[in-house]
Amino acid sequence: MNPYASAGSVSTVTASVSGNDNLNGEGGPGAPRDRIGGERLSTAAVTRRLLSYVRPHAVSFSVSFISAAVSVVLQLYTPILIGQGIDLIIGAGRVDFAALAPLVRLLALTVAGASAFQWLQGYCVNRLSYETVRDMRIQAYGKLDRMPLSFIDAHPHGDLISRVVNDVDQVGDGLLQGFTQLFTGVVTIVGTLLFMLSISAPMAVVVVLVTPLSVAAAALIARFSNRSFTDQQRNQGQLGGYIEEYVGNQRLVDAFAYGGRAQEGFDAINAALYTAGERAQFLSSLSNPGTRFINNLIYGVVAVIGCLGVITGVPAPLTVGEVQTFLSYANQYTKPFNEVTSVIMQIQTAYASARRLFALLDADEEEPDAEDAVELGRPRGEVCLEHVDFSYVEDRPLLRDICVDARAGMRFALVGPTGCGKTTLINLLLRFYDVDAGTISVDGIDTQRIARASLRRSFGMVLQDTWLFEGTVHDNIAYGRPDATREQVVDAARRAHADAFIAALPDGYDTVIGEDGGSFSAGQKQLLCIARVMLTDPAILLLDEATSSIDTRTELQVQAAFDELMDGRTSFVVAHRLSTIRNADCILYMRDGRILERGTHDELLARGGAYAELYNSQFSA
Amino acid sequence: MLELLKRFSAGYRRYFIIGPACKLLEVFFDLLTPLVIARMIDEGVGARDPAAVLRYGALLAAMAVVGMGFTLVCQKMAALASQGMGTGMRAALYRRINEFAYVELDRFGTPSLITRITNDVNQIQLAIALGVRQLIRWPFLAIGSMVAALLIDVRLGLVFLVSTPLIGLVFWLVMARCVPYFKQMQAKLDRIGLITREGLSGVRVIRAFVRGDHERARFREAAEQQAGVAIAVGRLSSVLNPVTFLVMNLGVCAILWMGGIQVEVGELTQGEVMAFVNYMTQTLLSIVYVANLVVVFTKAGASASRVNEVLHCAPSITDGGNTPVALPAPSDAGAVPALRLDRACFAFEGSEVDTVRDATLTLGLGQTLGIIGGTGSGKSTLVSLIPRLYDVRSGSVEVMGTDVRRWPLSQLRRAVGIVPQRAALVSGTIRTNLCWRDDEALDGELWAALEMAQAAEFVRKLPRGLDAPVEAGGRNFSGGQRQRLTIARALVGDPLLLILDDSASALDFKTDAALRHAIRARSGEAADGAGSGLPLTTVIVSQRVSSVRDADLICVMSHGSVAGLGTHDELLAECPLYREICLSQLRREELGGAVAAGEAPATPPGPEPPADASRPDAGAEGARGPIDAKGGAR
Repeated sequence: MNPYASAGSVSTVTASVSGNDNLNGEGGPGAPRDRIGGERLSTAAVTRRLLSYVRPHAVSFSVSFISAAVSVVLQLYTPILIGQGIDLIIGAGRVDFAALAPLVRLLALTVAGASAFQWLQGYCVNRLSYETVRDMRIQAYGKLDRMPLSFIDAHPHGDLISRVVNDVDQVGDGLLQGFTQLFTGVVTIVGTLLFMLSISAPMAVVVVLVTPLSVAAAALIARFSNRSFTDQQRNQGQLGGYIEEYVGNQRLVDAFAYGGRAQEGFDAINAALYTAGERAQFLSSLSNPGTRFINNLIYGVVAVIGCLGVITGVPAPLTVGEVQTFLSYANQYTKPFNEVTSVIMQIQTAYASARRLFALLDADEEEPDAEDAVELGRPRGEVCLEHVDFSYVEDRPLLRDICVDARAGMRFALVGPTGCGKTTLINLLLRFYDVDAGTISVDGIDTQRIARASLRRSFGMVLQDTWLFEGTVHDNIAYGRPDATREQVVDAARRAHADAFIAALPDGYDTVIGEDGGSFSAGQKQLLCIARVMLTDPAILLLDEATSSIDTRTELQVQAAFDELMDGRTSFVVAHRLSTIRNADCILYMRDGRILERGTHDELLARGGAYAELYNSQFSA
Repeated sequence: MLELLKRFSAGYRRYFIIGPACKLLEVFFDLLTPLVIARMIDEGVGARDPAAVLRYGALLAAMAVVGMGFTLVCQKMAALASQGMGTGMRAALYRRINEFAYVELDRFGTPSLITRITNDVNQIQLAIALGVRQLIRWPFLAIGSMVAALLIDVRLGLVFLVSTPLIGLVFWLVMARCVPYFKQMQAKLDRIGLITREGLSGVRVIRAFVRGDHERARFREAAEQQAGVAIAVGRLSSVLNPVTFLVMNLGVCAILWMGGIQVEVGELTQGEVMAFVNYMTQTLLSIVYVANLVVVFTKAGASASRVNEVLHCAPSITDGGNTPVALPAPSDAGAVPALRLDRACFAFEGSEVDTVRDATLTLGLGQTLGIIGGTGSGKSTLVSLIPRLYDVRSGSVEVMGTDVRRWPLSQLRRAVGIVPQRAALVSGTIRTNLCWRDDEALDGELWAALEMAQAAEFVRKLPRGLDAPVEAGGRNFSGGQRQRLTIARALVGDPLLLILDDSASALDFKTDAALRHAIRARSGEAADGAGSGLPLTTVIVSQRVSSVRDADLICVMSHGSVAGLGTHDELLAECPLYREICLSQLRREELGGAVAAGEAPATPPGPEPPADASRPDAGAEGARGPIDAKGGAR
């Protein structure tokens, strides 16, 4: 009834208009939803878990259900009072004002009470659902934070985001509001039945017997329209796909003057959609008039039988007012039945969303640090890899027998073709992933035994894909050391050669960086990331040099900043720049997950092996 | 909205009249129902006449049947009109998008265009359907109930004059206050999405800096804010139902009391009082629906203006009035340049800086032009002026001696084959993808193009060859294969001018070289067969010196300007920027004596394997001043 009752759904991505004359024309091509493994939870298990979220709000929960019940009962009592009122107004000179006055007062009170409880119920359900939604979200995000990197890398981020944002919303809207509606519906049906029986059992039987007609009609129409609705959705999906593909490639279509033929294809699908859509819309638009028609008939039948009852006493002796009461009930009684389909659909969607959410919450977490994990103070920076094996996918080994012995302050350049495992090494050093075999140690301590947080604090990392978050420049630089003073931040920025461009910004260090690094160039973003690491002053560095899209002047600054950063620290650089490689204490030439050659640039060239071959052959076009 | 309706309702106008007219009849019957019941009570029950009761009962049934019949007509009209108009709108939108030049595509952006043609049109369709079906029904029911009540008895009707506007006012007040909250709520939800996205994309940084707690706190704050706003909206909107219920039923109280007085003096009957009560219920229901309609129409209005924006945007590049261009005869091929740029300038919309500035060059038929420069130096923009994907701001671009603005667009784009940077294929088969330029190309021609693009080998190995399926975006092929297929696609249909816009980035050096060799061979001989008999002219855009060094003419781009024009050797001697780029990519020995000793240290090549694009690491140490050679590809 209330178009704003499901206010929350407005916020979901696929906001659809509520109301019962729904045109089923929405919904483009369904986005593929990857499944997170695990067993499918039974409905009972899902329900149990959902209830566990409600438990902290038990007060709101019970208040909302009690007030729903009270409100419905009072609302149902209203027609009886009205009927009694009408019976007091029989005709000219036959109006019983002495009885009418208290009755009208009682009616007013009943109505006021019903309204008050209805409001209380609405308020509690709203509160309950949004607080639950909030709790679920916070829990889901916290879960993501505890998931191993392998999980986050393996699942499309869009899918995970959708679980945290949309699915949680669906659960909130669908389950809580859907269940209240279901509950109210049941109370209405039972209440109406009881009230009707209390007035006149035969009439109640009449109403109960004829109302299923309305429900049956609705179900029949739904069956017809569902079939054509699926058909329409398929066409809609096809058109959506076509549009996605061709409008997505519109530049290509333009350049090839392909528009005419693209239009032909479009028109064909569009015509098919018209046929299917017209049919689906017509059929689905029948459900309201259809049930209205049946309800009108029922209304007539109840009126006639009721009136006959007043006159003849068959099937039951009634008063005019009671007929009026029954007429109201006949209307009310069918409504929950007619709504039940949409409510059940809403609840089903909510269960599907809840399953997706729980699948995320149930996924295996990163193994926590051991009880006796070592806290690494400030390490000297000796890093040692011994016979390290690693694979992302079983049976497809990625790193094999990697041995590296880095003394403090040494500079390593990792060189090799893409996919040879250079970046993987960084993943292992920071324990984003754990080795399959072999050991990695820092200052002689196996990293498996070191608390992750303390291990990671001793490393500084600058990746090729710079990551800045929405916040000020200051906050972004101070990310690793939130308590840093402005002076320290500026100093780090200066040493990272980033001070100059930051100072030129309108708000300097307080400039807010927009989503995805805002309007900064790739090089500037990288400078900010270098400043960030500069500020934390780590003992060991992991750098992934950018391969592209930096303008030369900034590139020189980035280079200088990198040099400054690496000074005196053990560093591993996935190297693309020649100067980096030539200045390295040791080049690790990797291929197919093995270290093929190692040594300085000159040594490797002199050896005339794979590195030299690569070096010599590269530009012989 | 109205404008769209006017524009697309041709052929559907009668539905807009017949549909609501039929609905009106149903409404009329609905309004009549309480009156009939009143009669049934007063004449039937009052007079103790069962026959009268049955008569009025039959009338109710007849009204229900007739009303239903008319409603069916109305629903059909609604479906026909809304789906028909929606279909028309989609077709018109798509046609307009097809007419768009790159400028308009830049302006709207692809995702926005897709939303407009799908969701927005659906939204409008919904509004049209509801408009035909309900726009008449509910307001008429609301007003009709009021009028009917007034007709029965003016004094008691006054209750309606008070309560109906009161309920309307409640709706208006609540909704007006809710709407700003909805925007806020969406913004809060977007923020939750943003933080989640940042948390996922930055997971390595967050964990490396051990800031998980901080991110969780940030998320918690956002989630709490969202819940706060949502609860505030809920507080407002949960008022709506109870208050309307209250107003309506207090109205009923008034009707009972005042009706009692009227009945007592004989001015009203018991049945009429009942009718009043029933009208009251109907009024409330109608107002709820009217409110729902307001929401739908508000949304549709926004969608309509977004659709109109597209329909109203005139394409900036048109070829109206251009007559087909006569190509030069093969005999005087030498006299006409295949491509000529004369002080061509171009700036993107809204930009004050020219992306291409005063580009001037002439390229003979059958020759090869190499364009080199860093990212953002304007190479791609420059070549997109050739098939007139963008129009010059000043100056001119001529193909085969004719200004591109005087060519019919389809002829120009058939003459110019372009291989874009992004290797995009569409779903279908290899054949359907290759036939983009010429839908009647024969197998022989397709294979020849594949052969030249170094793609024949792998296509031959596919089980279904030319009819092998291609998935959307060509994702069932590797980057290199995709790129070769897009090259073959540009070669089908005998282009006179072939543009390779950094199209060899995913190819290894050997394939790249073989490709260039094949193209060179084709340029040497005049294209045979159905072609024009003119040799193939080629424009190669690249960041690799090796890809352009053998070109007849090399154009070095820097900040949108031509920084050097000549052959490899000429440029090496005269153009400092070109020399810097070469230095970073080629070994000193390869450059020969052109590089003065000591000017720059020998920079060995990048360590990455040939599969990767080269990186002009210009001036890592020895460079002086700004150099525009930037690395990167893909």
